[in-house]
Amino acid sequence: MQALQSVNEFVIKFANVNGTGSASANNLFAKAIFRMGLPVCPKNIFPSNIQGLPTWYEVRVSERGYLGRRGGVDIMLSVNPQSMPQDIKEVEPGGYFIYDNTKPLDLRLMRNDVNIIGIPLTRMCNEEYEDPRQRQLFRNVIYVGALAALLDIDFAVLTGLVEDQFKGKDKLILPNIHALELGYQYAQEHFDCPLGIRVRASDKVGDNILLDGNTALGLGAIYGGATVAAWYPITPSTSVVDAFDRYAKRLRIDPGTGRKNYAILQAEDELAAIGMVVGASWNGARAFTATSGPGLSLMSEFLGLAYFAEIPTVLFDVQRAGPSTGMPTRTQQSDVLSAAYASHGDTKQVLLFPSTPRECFDFGALSFDLAERLQTPIILMTDLDLGMNDNMSPPLTWDDARRYDRGKVLNAEQLEEMERYGRYLDVDGDGICYRTIPGTHPDKGAFFTRGTSRDEYAVYTEKGEEYEKNMHRLMAKWETIKEWVPRPVETQSEQGTDTAILFYGTSEESSMEARDYLAEDGVPLNAMRVRAFPFNHEVADFIARHERVFVIEQNRDAQLRTLLMAEFELGPDKLKSVLCFDGNPISARNIRKQILQQMPGYNVTPLRRERVVAGAEISS
Amino acid sequence: MSYQLPKFRHPDLPVNTLGYTRADYEGAISTLCAGCGHDSISGAIVRACHELALEPHRIAKLSGIGCSSKAPTYFLGKSHGFNSVHGRMPSVVSGANMANRDLLYLGVSGDGDTASIGMGQFAHAVRRNLNMVYIVMNNGCYGLTKGQDSATADAGSASKKGDPNPFSAIDLPGLALQLGATFVARSFSGDKGQLVPLIKAAISHRGFALIDVISPCVTFNNNPGSTKSYDFVREHAEATGTVDFVPMREEITASYPAGRTQDVTLHDGSVLHLEKLAPDLDPFDRVSAMVALQKHSAEGQILTGLIYMDKDSRDLHDVMETSRRPLNSLTEQDLCPGDKVLANINASLR
Ligand SMILES: Cc1ncc(C[n+]2csc(CCOP(=O)(O)OP(=O)(O)O)c2C)c(N)n1
Ligand code: SF4
Ligand SMILES: [Mg+2]
Repeated sequence: MQALQSVNEFVIKFANVNGTGSASANNLFAKAIFRMGLPVCPKNIFPSNIQGLPTWYEVRVSERGYLGRRGGVDIMLSVNPQSMPQDIKEVEPGGYFIYDNTKPLDLRLMRNDVNIIGIPLTRMCNEEYEDPRQRQLFRNVIYVGALAALLDIDFAVLTGLVEDQFKGKDKLILPNIHALELGYQYAQEHFDCPLGIRVRASDKVGDNILLDGNTALGLGAIYGGATVAAWYPITPSTSVVDAFDRYAKRLRIDPGTGRKNYAILQAEDELAAIGMVVGASWNGARAFTATSGPGLSLMSEFLGLAYFAEIPTVLFDVQRAGPSTGMPTRTQQSDVLSAAYASHGDTKQVLLFPSTPRECFDFGALSFDLAERLQTPIILMTDLDLGMNDNMSPPLTWDDARRYDRGKVLNAEQLEEMERYGRYLDVDGDGICYRTIPGTHPDKGAFFTRGTSRDEYAVYTEKGEEYEKNMHRLMAKWETIKEWVPRPVETQSEQGTDTAILFYGTSEESSMEARDYLAEDGVPLNAMRVRAFPFNHEVADFIARHERVFVIEQNRDAQLRTLLMAEFELGPDKLKSVLCFDGNPISARNIRKQILQQMPGYNVTPLRRERVVAGAEISS
Repeated sequence: MSYQLPKFRHPDLPVNTLGYTRADYEGAISTLCAGCGHDSISGAIVRACHELALEPHRIAKLSGIGCSSKAPTYFLGKSHGFNSVHGRMPSVVSGANMANRDLLYLGVSGDGDTASIGMGQFAHAVRRNLNMVYIVMNNGCYGLTKGQDSATADAGSASKKGDPNPFSAIDLPGLALQLGATFVARSFSGDKGQLVPLIKAAISHRGFALIDVISPCVTFNNNPGSTKSYDFVREHAEATGTVDFVPMREEITASYPAGRTQDVTLHDGSVLHLEKLAPDLDPFDRVSAMVALQKHSAEGQILTGLIYMDKDSRDLHDVMETSRRPLNSLTEQDLCPGDKVLANINASLR
């Protein structure tokens, strides 16, 4: 049997039991590789459960900088007997299956096209430690030590990371380093180290950082000037508010009084959470909520009110798979339609699609400017994959000269000079009218906010013409919005082509990787990453310029495609779908396969590894 | 239809210390049914705010959906108002209050709006002790959707349709007490003498102040057999005592007859003068209040007046230790940590 050979290009997956402390050990592994100058992309695949169920951690290492899911596993490290039958099946031919052989592998699971490496992790821990919790925790650290030997990871990088991690809890440093050494020694003594798959220090990381999208969003809200956060816990959005809370405690305490320059309300449900945001925004504060699919459904009524009453409202939706528990801790992009047309009546909502932590930060802060400028809800759509996994990202920056765009708000002096104020009067033709904040002026500018049934001066009326006029103005505003939201990012193929891919959010990395493969296959593709809804005019032009556009997304119903068809009144032929909705991030191989299947004249061979050579891990 | 009040003011109308007449606190002409209890409550709100000489633009009036929730259009025309969604006014006030702690928040709701669709939000606003006045215009039915029984309709009470309500009623003051409310009162739209000082006291209270005001729906629920009709309430109301409210700025000049009286100084310096009629109630003791409510209800009486008040109430801002400056007045300088801090954060992520 031939063993896979690769330096700095591979996929390793860890199979653990949740609640056993594996996350921090796995994280240590990924970060060590990152510190060796290699791009990494770690992804958690976890159950809706607190303790005892299988959980996986997949790390893509790619010196070439491919950060999406590739598909396939080259090294499986399994310490979970429960998932072993499935785990070993996933390994690529020629790959490695590393497992805890305290209890030897069931012979029926054996594969002779995979390199099997047994390390008696449990036995080693039992011999070394008395305390059951220590036995469990250090078992994870020991396998990271063993991997250091097997993959040739710089041991000093690992010890440096341990020292950083336990700064202030110095007593923990030595025991952790000792556990790393135990694993390292065992591997050195028992195996031919390093393996065919290994790492070598490089310089491909630059000034990038490793950060999860939710933390970046929380920071975006801090920098964007949010003062009120209202939320109801739901995975995978909870860590957005956690991050806001954590950084607010550090950065938002008034130095003079020790009091908080922010308020976080844990609401009784998502209806209340969005109601609080609407109330705070109506009253002139920057406010946000974070939620996921079920919460978005509950918020729908208020989103309609905010649309019609034109109240700046910021909502971060971290998408996940459908209802109930279980699959919902897996990723998807399946709220697109319910967000875009959220609520009763004729509504259209503004969506932003970030695809990196840096964009989560930028768009997160931008949401508040846009919400106030455009006086409408801004729904930032991320997903579990981006939100809860560490992603390599350009560093976060802030222009200190930047001022918040509070949009059209009248102050007391401006009101004083006015003849008559009209809340819904479009004075400058862009469909956006002037707001007033309660309490501004003793007798000017007050009005009664309601969803519909008022004229341009906010006086109650049930006249149909007034309703219609207002709805037309909202459409004029919709046109204005297209000029304000982030523009799409286009990548042209060097070869001329009439075929393109179009994607958004976390499908970016895999899509661009698949595009490279497809170019090798003889299918050159232009690419567009859409970053907002309403679609800017460039999106229409791009689609018009191509014969065929593959819309790549992570849901069943081709939701963005539906939105494109509806907004541009396109027939069904032009836009093809490439979809993934099994709860895993879409992989480059999957995209390649689906595109080839739909290309005229191409026959796809079933997924099978074709080449097993260093640096060229690409297979069909 | 839309109405604007005529601007003409009679020169002799009494003005308050701000120079405002009562008309300055009025709103658009009501479109509710003639005789609707809700209109009397609007009138009581106008009187209370005028007599307290509140600046109208420093008041925010918010409501849900219902005839009752339409009422804010008909008072305080110089205040910002928000007719939000059915049952969700408490969350909107919560957010608004977090944004600017310096305004007075006046929430108006109905019994459907509060005790059914909005039950969750009501309960949670109470337990957070949100600083607001919460007035329920309670008619035991859904006026705006044409008279269905609401959750505050008493068991056995029949609306105009005639079928007695088979379900037990939710008693909002009792519920609020159980949830930890710091100010609980009940009144009757037909008793301005009691309602106006109660509204004033609720405004001066720091924290959540509930006034459950029985407010007959003349169109759907004012018939014999209804326990929310004018006649029934007049016959069965029993006041906890009389309440007189003396604002901070005024001297106490009225002379009260000797007896069971008590003066209570509120946190803003105003004084509540209570004259007790119900000997078994201590309105500063939650358990006593709960017992009195239950007892009167068992005897078929409607206990009205101030039922409970916590003089040392701490509102949500006190508990959360938010800035004393309204959050909506903070600027980039207060809020944005700047690029240097980000550089440090980046460094910790490598
Ligand atoms: C979500 C939603 N469901 C139903 C309605 C219809 N609706 C309007 S008012 C109302 C009941 C109002 O009753 P109440 O709060 O007691 O007010 P009243 O009219 O009696 O003063 C209902 C059910 C609505 N507006 N919104
Ligand atoms: S229907 Fe009833 S509650 Fe509504 S306005 Fe008429 S009397 Fe008042
Ligand atoms: Mg009612």
